[in-house]
Parts: sequence; C-alpha cells; structure tokens
Amino acid sequence: MASWFARPSAGAVGSGSWRVEKPVVDNDKCILCGLCWLYCPDGVVEIGDSGVKIDYDYCKGCGVCARECPVNAIKMVRER
Amino acid sequence: MAHRIFPKEEFLLRGHAACPGCGATILLRHVLKALGPKTYLVIPASCSSVIAGPYPKTAFSVPLLHIAFAASAAAASGMTEALEILGKGDANVVVWAGDGGTVDIGLQALSGAAERGHNFIYICYDNEAYMNTGIQKSGSTPPKAWTTTTPTGNPGMKKDLPAIMAAHRVPYVATLNPAYPNDILYKVRKAASIKGLKYLHALSPCPPGWRYDSSLTVEVARLAVETGMWVLYEVDHGVFRLTGPSKHLVDKARRKPVEEYLRLQGRFRHLSQSDIEELQKMVDEKWEEIARILEEQKR
Amino acid sequence: MKLVLTGNYAAAYAVKDAEPDVISAYPITPQTPIIEKLSEFVDGGELKAKFVRVESEHSAMASVIGASSVGARTYTATSSQGLFYMYEVCWWAAGARLPIVMGVVTRALGPPWSIWSEHTDFYAMRDSGWIMYFASSAQEVYDLTLQAYRVAEDGEVLLPALVGWDAFEVSHTYEPVTLLPPDSVKKVILKKPVPRPILSHEDPASLGNLAYPEEYVKIRRGIREAMANARRVARSVGKLFTELSGRDYTSFLECYRCEDAKVFFVVMGSIAGEGFEAVDALRKRGVKAGLIRVRLYRPFPYDELYETVKDAEGVIVVNRASRFGGYAPLSADVAVSMTVNGSDARFMEAVAGVGGVDVTSSDFLRIFDAYERGEKSVWVVPR
Repeated sequence: MASWFARPSAGAVGSGSWRVEKPVVDNDKCILCGLCWLYCPDGVVEIGDSGVKIDYDYCKGCGVCARECPVNAIKMVRER
Repeated sequence: MAHRIFPKEEFLLRGHAACPGCGATILLRHVLKALGPKTYLVIPASCSSVIAGPYPKTAFSVPLLHIAFAASAAAASGMTEALEILGKGDANVVVWAGDGGTVDIGLQALSGAAERGHNFIYICYDNEAYMNTGIQKSGSTPPKAWTTTTPTGNPGMKKDLPAIMAAHRVPYVATLNPAYPNDILYKVRKAASIKGLKYLHALSPCPPGWRYDSSLTVEVARLAVETGMWVLYEVDHGVFRLTGPSKHLVDKARRKPVEEYLRLQGRFRHLSQSDIEELQKMVDEKWEEIARILEEQKR
Repeated sequence: MKLVLTGNYAAAYAVKDAEPDVISAYPITPQTPIIEKLSEFVDGGELKAKFVRVESEHSAMASVIGASSVGARTYTATSSQGLFYMYEVCWWAAGARLPIVMGVVTRALGPPWSIWSEHTDFYAMRDSGWIMYFASSAQEVYDLTLQAYRVAEDGEVLLPALVGWDAFEVSHTYEPVTLLPPDSVKKVILKKPVPRPILSHEDPASLGNLAYPEEYVKIRRGIREAMANARRVARSVGKLFTELSGRDYTSFLECYRCEDAKVFFVVMGSIAGEGFEAVDALRKRGVKAGLIRVRLYRPFPYDELYETVKDAEGVIVVNRASRFGGYAPLSADVAVSMTVNGSDARFMEAVAGVGGVDVTSSDFLRIFDAYERGEKSVWVVPR
C-alpha cells in the first residue's frame, strides 16, 4: 500500500483527552435497551448481556448517552 | 435490544475527530452499518474531511476518496462507471457531502450526475451552514437562523434539495434523521437496492453551530420531526410517502409547536414572537402542501 | 496502418489503442473533434469504455479522478477556459498520484475571446506535477499520447501526463499518420490491470486525508521524486518507441542544424516549421543558426538543453504565450538551464503567435534582428 494512503485505525485522534465530564453507567439500573449504543456519535459504548461499558480512551463526554437513557442509568460526572 | 437488531460492525472507528455530540457521526455510523464493507465513500471538503482524522491514520475502515469541494458527484460518477467496467459493479458508491458542498458549490455536478443517472447514493448531511469553516450561512441555512455571516438572522430561504432532486426524476429520494436509526437503515438499504442515482438528505444537528449543549443532539433531531420542521419521507419512483413519526403529523394537532424545537438552539435565540409565528406558519403551509400531494396521489 | 488524420483525430486513435476504461470530457473549441471521434468509437463498439458526458470541465477531471482512484485507465481533453475551470482538480490529480492522461489543444484565453492557438493554457500546468509533452504534428500527437500513458502508469512515476498541441494548425490540419501495429502497441502500453495502489474494499484506505505540515511535506516530496523518475522513464520509453516506430524519440529535444550552431532559437510546437526556414535563411547569410524544439516540457530537460547550447554565443527563446510581469515560461526554463550550468551566452526572449497570430520565418528573422540590436525581451506584433 503506497505511502500516500491513510490506513484505518482506531484513535486517529486522542479524543479521550478532550472530555470535561464522563458518563458513568449504573448497570443495575440498565435494561439493555441499547439506545446508548445506538446513539453514541463515537461508537465508544460497548454493550453485551452483562451490561454497558464505555471506552474511556475515546469517549468525548458529549452526554448523548446519558440524555437518551430511558431509565437514567447513566450520569455525567465531572472529571476536571 | 437495539444492539441485537442493528448491524454490529462499526466502519467509522472510535477516536475520530468530530466534535462531541456531532449529529453527522451518528448518521454516518448507521449509514455505513446499513451498507457494509463493500462501500466506497467519496467525501468533498466538509466537516467529514477532518473527522476522518489526520494522515497517516483514517477513522474510516471502508475505502475513501477525498475530493475537492465542488466535485463529489462528478468523482462518484467516474468511480461508479469505473467499478462497473472493472467488474466490481456490485459495490456501493456513496457520496457523503455537507449542505454547502451539495446545495451550493456542489449543485452543478450533482444535477449533471442525476441527469446522467449514474449508479450511486448521494447523501447530504445537512448541518444547515458551512460548519467546517466556522458556521457561515449556506443555501441550506433555515430562514432567520444566526450564523457568523448572518449575525442578525438569515434573510434567505432554505433550498429544498430533495424537491430539486425529485424534479430530476431520479428513482429514489428520501430524508433521514439521526434520531431514527431504523428509518435510516430501511432507507439506505432500499437506496442500495435500486439502480440509478439515489438522493438522501439527512438532518445533522451541530452543537457548536446551532448553539446547544452536546448532549441534546438526538433530542433536537427528534423535535425537528415532532414539530414538523423536518419531514421524514421518501419519493420512491415518483411516489411520495411519509415515513416514521411524520406519517401521523399531517394533523396539525399532533405536531408540537415549532417553538419547542427553536427554543433549544442558541442560533434562534434572537427570534421575536412574530418571527416564531412566521416560522410556524411556514411549517404549517408546508404540511398543507404535503396533505395536497397525498390527496393528489390517492386519486 | 497509415491514415490521413487531423491532430485531434490522431489523439482519438492513440486513445483507442491505449484502451482506457473511462473517458470523460466537456466540449470546447478546438478540442471537440477528439471527443466526437471517441464517442463514435465507443458507440460503434470499437472501444470498450465508459464515456461520461459531464456537465463541466471541473467535473471532467473530477470524474476521471474518481475512476482512476479505483484502478481505471482514463482520458480527458480540453483547452484554454476549460483547462482553467478544471485547474484546481488538475492539481488534485497529481497530488493523488493518479496516472490520468489528458490532451490539451492549446488556445488563447479571453477576454477578448479567442479560439486560436497560444500555449498560455498549457504553461499554466507547469508546476502542478503533471508530466507535459508538446506535439508539433498529428503524428507526434499520436506517438506522444501513447508514450504519455506508458510513462504516467510506470510504477516509479504514477503521475498524470498531458500532451499539448496547437489549435487548428495541428488540431484541425490533416496529415498522414502511421499508427503502431497492435503488437507494438502492446509493447508500449502496460497490460491491464496496471499494478498500482488503488482504493479497494479488499484493503480499505483513505486517499487524500488531511495531513499536518510535517507529513504533508513528505507526501509532496514523493511527487518531486516521481518527477525525477519520470525523466529517466520517459527517456527509456522514448527509446523503446523509436525502436518500434522508426521515428526518433531518443531525445526530448528536436534539434535542427544544432551541431555547429552559435545562435539558437528555442521553441515549442508547430511554429518550429517556420523556424527551420528561418535557420536556413540565416545560414545563407553566414549566421551559424540552429533551432531547438522542446518536446518534453515537464520534467524539463535542463541538462540536455545546456549540452546542446553550451558553446553558444546566444540563445533566443520564442514563446507562444501571453505572459505578463515576468519572463515567459519557456524563457525562464531555458535561462535557468543556462545559468545553473554556468553559461555566459547572451539570452533574449521573444513572444510570438499570441492569439493565434501566424508566425512566419520572416518573424523569426525580425526576432533575430532584435537580438542583434541587443534587445532583451520583445513581443512580435503584426504590422
């Protein structure tokens, strides 16, 4: 592959360092509806039968997941 | 359960350079999920040119041609012809262009491509201004909206690109909205199954450009539909059809007042009560037109 | 096979022999016969290619970029205003390292409107990274178009290439043209698919991502290296073509009576014909004149040119170009060639043939008179 092509890579930018607050998931409240995964603009919501996990390496803390969660299982917590 | 129903694989990789809460990236994730890996993207100058991230990395795991601002529909035209003659005609070719690159500088090439009927999907993600360059007015900026070049409100109107494309008699035209990923999946897959030029126009809420907190992107998108400001529809081989929640909004009583949508956005903060009434009237008139079209078609 | 063809038709026949996959063009005088002939070939089934009848020149270049990026062999052609309309995308093609081939039928720019020959449009491409040939006859249009494909697609080059030729004098004038036999064409033109980096869903990548300054420089330097390779590749392709055709392409320069010349004219294009007559007339007068016609303009043959003029007393460059505020492009390149190699010959530039004005051998003699008078830069204007 020639040098002038860019190669697919997670972490094209270190977007995890951008955020001011981060989503914290209460998996006891979570009903696994999947809306957080569906709406995350960055695809950093990982969801499986055991619950939801956020990839904080790349999460920008936009808050969409917290806002859209129908059971308020996600809270935005200030980091700095 | 959404993660059980929607395609799981991501083709827009995490760690991309979009602003937090970017509506375009919600749309992109779902468009690419609908199409799969045999998809060639053509992206003109726009936010997405930067969202891809800097060389030598790219956030897209499908082949992507970046191209000059005015040229996306023309580049896609050549690409789709080439893929066909090279025996790869079953691949999807998709233009992913902003509103500026579609309704303004890209319109000529798009119109030409539509007239020639090339086989590709053109998707305009409409954040209603030149956002990548810092929120300047485009031909798709709604009336009265603040932008950096319309600081007292846009005196212009919003070009109706889906109507213009329907007038080109392309086989499929539809609108999309990031609050309704099931509608996106349905329409994008339908577009991919039709031969010819398919035009999709997506509302792409933009936190820095529309002046709202990044967490509200999906809510703003949803209200756009619920107030009737954004109509979910398709024109399938000339037949007009409302989709999703828009199906039930011909009845004005079921539409939320536009003020609920406008109130959330700083770009409309300067609106007077009579401005809001004017916008409400425009929306109502648009729906009366829709009702007329549906009546006409029934006959 | 020998046919009587115009320069434009010769281009179409060369393109047919090269077997492109996608052709895209927008009509502009005096290019139109090229695309008309190619349409006939495609519609008649003689050429299996997709022909995209775009709605502007900007789209013509953009569409061949789209096609080339996924591996198609392509062609487009234009002139003057059309070339300038597609200008930004031409630079995109070179930056994206796509071996597109283009014909440029050189025509003056407006205002005032003109459809006649001038090389100004051709010269505008000179810094872009495009390989640039200039043909002076229909035969050369055919020969150089085939060579352009071979050089552009070479793995060490991968840059777009264009061939320019004069409006009407070459584009519309009929001449006997000998086409290469098919098995000779196969020896020049690379077999498809040409091995080169392309966009493919089998190995996804992005072409043209944003690059921060440190990375941008490295990518652009790649173009510079490719251009240097192009000089070498063009030379060996020229040699190969010479062997196959019997026509001499071993040099980037055509030299007329240069061996013992003391004063040289340097020109490009079909005005060379009148230049030969002027050289003969000067020789009769006792002036040791010679003429150099440049055939490969980019990469410019600086060393070759200097080698030819190194014992010169004077060099006169005759440019067919409207250039303002500075020396004309060919003048500049020749002057650089002389300066960096330490020549102390006298240098003069002339501009002739602007707007398609006919350049005759007596114009060359007038230019020589100006040189004798000690002029530095003259425009030849019809009386």
